[in-house]
Amino acid sequence: MTLELRNIAKRVGADQHIHETSLVLEEGSFNILLGTTLSGKTTLMQLMAGIDRPTSGDIFFRGARVNTVPVQKRNVAMVYQQFINYPNMNVFDNIASPLRVARMAQSEIDKRVRETADLLKLTPMLQRRPSELSGGQQQRTAMARALVKDSDLILLDEPLANLDYKLREELRDELPKLFAGRDRIVVYATTEPTEALLFGGNTATLHEGRVTQFGPTSETYRNPKDLITAQVFSDPPINTARVTKQGQNIVIAGAAAMPAVGTARDLPDGDYTIGIRPHHITPQARNESDAAVEGKILIAELSGSESVVHFDLDGRTWVSQSHGIHPFEIGAMARLYVDIGRSFFFDADDRLVAGGA
Amino acid sequence: MRARSLIPIVYILFLLLPIYWLLNMSFKTTNEILGGFTLWPQTFTLENYAKIFTDPTWYMGYVNSLQYVVINTVLSVSVALPAAYAFSRYRFLGDKHLFFWLLTNRMAPPAVFALPFLQLYSAVGLFDTPWAVALAHTLFNIPLAVWILEGFMSGVPKELDETAYIDGYSFPRFFVRIFIPTIAAGIGVACFFCFMFSWVELLLAKTLTSVAAKPIAATMTRTASTSGYELGLLAAAGALTIVPGAFVIYFVRNYIAKGFALGRV
Repeated sequence: MTLELRNIAKRVGADQHIHETSLVLEEGSFNILLGTTLSGKTTLMQLMAGIDRPTSGDIFFRGARVNTVPVQKRNVAMVYQQFINYPNMNVFDNIASPLRVARMAQSEIDKRVRETADLLKLTPMLQRRPSELSGGQQQRTAMARALVKDSDLILLDEPLANLDYKLREELRDELPKLFAGRDRIVVYATTEPTEALLFGGNTATLHEGRVTQFGPTSETYRNPKDLITAQVFSDPPINTARVTKQGQNIVIAGAAAMPAVGTARDLPDGDYTIGIRPHHITPQARNESDAAVEGKILIAELSGSESVVHFDLDGRTWVSQSHGIHPFEIGAMARLYVDIGRSFFFDADDRLVAGGA
Repeated sequence: MRARSLIPIVYILFLLLPIYWLLNMSFKTTNEILGGFTLWPQTFTLENYAKIFTDPTWYMGYVNSLQYVVINTVLSVSVALPAAYAFSRYRFLGDKHLFFWLLTNRMAPPAVFALPFLQLYSAVGLFDTPWAVALAHTLFNIPLAVWILEGFMSGVPKELDETAYIDGYSFPRFFVRIFIPTIAAGIGVACFFCFMFSWVELLLAKTLTSVAAKPIAATMTRTASTSGYELGLLAAAGALTIVPGAFVIYFVRNYIAKGFALGRV
């Protein structure tokens, strides 16, 4: 039971919303679509659900072509970023609605709705209208409606984005337990790389309507095939610069010369783009090979246990992320250390040539 | 404090004065009305109201008016619902122009259409029926209803439609079971405005009817000209004419506030 997208593309008027894409989602898998707003996550989900049809290409479900099967017949469920519930029905009827449409027996509906409501801690609210619930409860209702009908494919389109921090943390913990299991395919869209890393599963990185890479989440994170994937899958944004490798040195024009260690050692001489994750730039050196760079501090965000510092490196804005609180003076020059051995190198076509695990 | 509360009191009195005067007249005899200036009825009478409720030429006026008003409201809103849905959910060639053109229909005074309607309805045998007036009023009310409903519908996220399809609802079932209840407030407001236009519109209603479907407003003006001055009777008829409007407003007052908040009323 797999969902296969074969060379699908979606064009609306002159706009190419989805470029030719192929994806195979295995049964029982948890898949993450990671990308910024407007990268095509929602469009891709609508194509998977059958709400929208691809302009070209085919969609196969369990080996059968389902391009023309209407969404009503597809046994899918979807939860949106906005809390979508039927405002004229109470919570019980909201959860029961897909079962009622499927003409299930009343006793079975009752049993299933109560089970699902219990699972999502909605039992005390069953008689209330969605408008009388908090945001978190409204989203739980929407999730309950998605869960109750035992669908083959569940699409979660940034379901936690509109919730406040505490509720988000709470639901984020429950979510994989709730949805995963059996042979269902779960697709979860998010803009946050951290969320993808927390959930694990598989991640597809999206950029401007293209899937740039798809594979196990940790694999996609550690071994981005190209610069775009590394940029999409990095929060705070990955630091980049044009560099030149010359013998034992890597030179960032006008800024620094660093030793070519780690994977960079075997790199042939030439021009590359370097990609350094923010947590590989720290106020203190951690390895002997760490290279020092000097930058002017622009912004210092000090949150409880972490320091995120934006600094100017010869015209480029770079970010350093480190554990602990490090006092920085805005506008002052500071010395930071780059863990050069763990950086990525991309060639002129932005393909990864060195670095990664 | 006293001076401050005086202003709204004076204002409200000013607003209520014509209504009070109408009621005052309706309980007087015609002789007293013509006789002199009295602040309240000296010889209180219910005869004017009794006459309206017993004489078919009078009470049928209300029946006729309500008939075409109800036909018109139901017709306008039920036609406007799918139209407004299309405008709010789909982009199609010339949609914005069409939407604006619909509204321009309201910019012409009803008098412009009196003659063509009279001729047309006479030719097809609709003259002097409630349908004639109801259909004539849809020309003004459908655009208004589409405009109001489109505003309310655009306030409903399209994800609600999608969720319903995903849950297995067919389009008609979704529209009736979920969408219409969701925009009930908007339908209430649209009905109110259709009702009000149709209820107060005099010219078309008068032109397109003669005897069988004569509306109350026409009865009121004609009686004044044929059987001399029956001012008390006319006042009573006027007072009763206010009632349905007040009744409808009472029911939709909360929805109207919502409509204003959405910027469409």
